[in-house]
Amino acid sequence: MSDIDKATVAKIARLARIKIEEDKLEPLAGELNNILGWVEQLDEVNTDDIEPMSSVVDAKLRWRQDEVTDGDKQASVLKNAPNAEYGFFAVPKVIE
Amino acid sequence: MTDLTKLTIADARDLLKKGDITSRELTEAHIEAVEAADALNAYIAKTPEMALEMADKADAKIKAGEQTGMTGIPVGIKDLFATKGVHTQACSHILDGFKPEYESTVSQKLWDDGAVMLGKLNMDEFAMGSSNETSYYGPVKNPWRRGDTDTVPGGSSGGSVASVAGFAAMGATASDTGGSIRQPASFTGTFGFKPTYGRCSRYGMVAFASSLDQAGTITRTVRDGAIMMESIAGFDAKDSTSVDLPVPNFEAALTGDIRGMKIGIPQEYHLAGMPGEIEALWHQGIEWMKAAGAEIVDINLPHTKYALPTYYIVAPAEASSNLARYDGVRYGLRETVQGGGLVDMYEATRAAGFGDEVKRRIMIGTYVLSAGYYDAYYLKAQKVRQLIANDFKRAFEKVDAILTPTAPSAAFAPGEKSDDPIAMYLNDVFTVPASLAGLPGSSVPAGLDANGLPLGLQILGKPWDEETVFKVSGVMEEAANFTAKPAEWWR
Repeated sequence: MSDIDKATVAKIARLARIKIEEDKLEPLAGELNNILGWVEQLDEVNTDDIEPMSSVVDAKLRWRQDEVTDGDKQASVLKNAPNAEYGFFAVPKVIE
Repeated sequence: MTDLTKLTIADARDLLKKGDITSRELTEAHIEAVEAADALNAYIAKTPEMALEMADKADAKIKAGEQTGMTGIPVGIKDLFATKGVHTQACSHILDGFKPEYESTVSQKLWDDGAVMLGKLNMDEFAMGSSNETSYYGPVKNPWRRGDTDTVPGGSSGGSVASVAGFAAMGATASDTGGSIRQPASFTGTFGFKPTYGRCSRYGMVAFASSLDQAGTITRTVRDGAIMMESIAGFDAKDSTSVDLPVPNFEAALTGDIRGMKIGIPQEYHLAGMPGEIEALWHQGIEWMKAAGAEIVDINLPHTKYALPTYYIVAPAEASSNLARYDGVRYGLRETVQGGGLVDMYEATRAAGFGDEVKRRIMIGTYVLSAGYYDAYYLKAQKVRQLIANDFKRAFEKVDAILTPTAPSAAFAPGEKSDDPIAMYLNDVFTVPASLAGLPGSSVPAGLDANGLPLGLQILGKPWDEETVFKVSGVMEEAANFTAKPAEWWR
């Protein structure tokens, strides 16, 4: 089923927002195909009528009052930012 | 005076109570041991001043008659637990310079009990690895060597096990996503304990795969594990998957009495090609259980062989989503591109900040979640995960606990498996199924292989029945009488 080529690796890398150099695409395709080829043994398993398991905890998510319990921490939130200006996270210019 | 670093937590607790030693003395001895263990590369940040301050507070607490199990006990904290104002990077370059403004619940519980922080412990980057070779801060060395050859400590909690096995911490926090507590414990002759998913709060733990991540402990004895686990367990409103159940007195479960208990032996764990020594040790473990009065029951966990492939879809999928937050905007590393825009910054930052294994898993996760592949991979894996959990549910109708080897090999040499991802993944063949099912489990040091390297046996229990896991672990520990110590070559 899996047949990842260079173009697919480039597409995944773009989706994952990771820059991959051109000469690394081919080896990475090989690695990903190996791993995906190996996981495809799951196709042998009959999973008709099986509910997908998304959590091991049966409990429903808890509810609480819709009220502010935390906040007023602008300085804390920005403390580790690589670049913060005027109380905001600063990023490279998006619009010219 | 005896070497204070060789004490167990339980012994130190008693000596502290009697006033024979102070936490300050205990802490000073450990700060010295941490310095002397640099060759292990277990600590990536040391906090000696903080430790002494905490020790003095603990001594005051003890004087005031407010001592609990962990009061005054020096411990190490795995680098994925947020510690306020102290290095917290999950050993990734992408969290460069990150010092959280908050404390993880697990570490906070230790500090509330008066425990002492020695520093932050090395680990595989974002807990992705089984040999501690993917850390940005370099590999950890196992205190146990194969003759003169270095071995890996296992992973991802490599710093946790190396510090405890190397007497540079009395205990350490660790985390388990697919075996990251039990496998390294097996490699280092330490006791590793992973509780039921939901028993410990994940608040302030750097997320890898949220439906699997669970905090636990590394200690030198089962009793120490019970003491430390009791400190870190418990409900926390800040984690939506934390379960509101009372925390039992785990230490009280160590009765030494397993008469009449039914111990399951899963037939599917007899792997072709597994070293004979591991089969033999497993068999020995079965004999020990019988001798202690337990009844041995053969059980079947038919979907065992599908656990690893299931894990390597579910975990990367969740990781790709969790690790999307590292974008160079809010914390950690930022790489900009001359004349580039925002997306260029994201891509450059993530290219520079993540190591190869992390990139590989993000790519796999992104692919299996992408349009057109979601059903074939991710949904399929979630269904097989259900079947694996059902296997355990059925088995636990017949037995109280399950006994298996912890890992299919002893510690290996650095580089031996790092070129082949799948060979590395196979390390976790016995630990991943229980992680997928969210079960509590331990690894108990049970023997040495022909090269003198430790081997562990794994004990698994029913959800929320940590007490049985501790009880059986205690009996195993006594029967195995594992007293071997690594030669202290690093000092």
